[in-house]
Amino acid sequence: MIEKDKLYSIWVYLQAEPLFWLTLTIGSYLIGDYFYKKSKLFPLVNPVAISIFIVSLVLINLDISYERYFDGAKFIHFMLGPATVALAIPIYKQFKVIQKEALSISASLIVGSLFAIISTFVLCEIFKIDDQVLFSMLPRSATAPIAMGIADLIGGIPSLTAIITILTGIMGASFGTFALDFLRLKDMSARGFGLGLASHGIGTARAMSRNETAGVFAALALGLNGIATAILVPLLFKLLNFF
Amino acid sequence: MLRAIFIIFFFQLLGEAIKKFFEMRIPGPVLGLILLLVVLIFLKRFKTAAITNLKDDVINTSNYILNYLSLLFVPIGVGVVMHLSYLENNLFKVLIIVFISTILTIGLTAFLMEKINKRINKK
Repeated sequence: MIEKDKLYSIWVYLQAEPLFWLTLTIGSYLIGDYFYKKSKLFPLVNPVAISIFIVSLVLINLDISYERYFDGAKFIHFMLGPATVALAIPIYKQFKVIQKEALSISASLIVGSLFAIISTFVLCEIFKIDDQVLFSMLPRSATAPIAMGIADLIGGIPSLTAIITILTGIMGASFGTFALDFLRLKDMSARGFGLGLASHGIGTARAMSRNETAGVFAALALGLNGIATAILVPLLFKLLNFF
Repeated sequence: MLRAIFIIFFFQLLGEAIKKFFEMRIPGPVLGLILLLVVLIFLKRFKTAAITNLKDDVINTSNYILNYLSLLFVPIGVGVVMHLSYLENNLFKVLIIVFISTILTIGLTAFLMEKINKRINKK
């Protein structure tokens, strides 16, 4: 069985190369995106969730460490920064609408941001979650790098916050649309703003794939709520310690 | 396209530098976003061919990158799945809390915004 040995040696060689994991990531995303488009953008057929599922399945079954995988995937991960900067473009294009809705934007930003933090706190108390996990959960509606910084500040565990923050994004992108439809909300700017505020980048990506206005307001909410959460969580935390 | 990529990277770099200088907690790319937005609004007054051309280039390239925004979350998402054991016996509770709170926050925020917009437009 020389053939089999040869194939195996090719595999051993390839799996050590970043290119393999980079290709797998893009390929699994294309599969996810194919089903997403086929389902006419049905929210539960989320392309991010599908590709995460495929890649994880491969890694777990072949016993590949996340570090080895990330060695290839980091090239994609790197683009998150420039993509965030690029969000300036849709915001710029809709700047007139944003100015017009300045009042509703600020009101829903403050209420939404406070609600995300306080409801997380109350639910954690009900479910008797340990303090350290609770502190890691409070900033979860902010975009991951901001949330991790806040968690560190109040005594949470940043890596745990990263996990919970991404889970929040996937939940919002997969189920948020159902809440919006249930409330019969038609205003695209409002729908996008809600998605972006509660579920940051992943919610924004979902909004952007549906409707440009929704995408813009989601991006706006992502930026604004990142700042609001960074101010509100430490403030509420001090208040909590006071009582 | 290359010019546009340079500009986007440059603004991120600028954001990172400012973050470091003022020791801010806001991520560099978010600061880069704000800076690029300010510059774009400022450049509105100048309508020379060179600036319009460059601006269109940045707009097209940005739209191209943003088309694949979802893809960029796959690497961290895989990290989440591989590290779910960090949550230990809290996993189920955390999932329920995140689900309830996220759905309610989305609904409440969008509801409030739509109602205020409607009231303003009526006047």
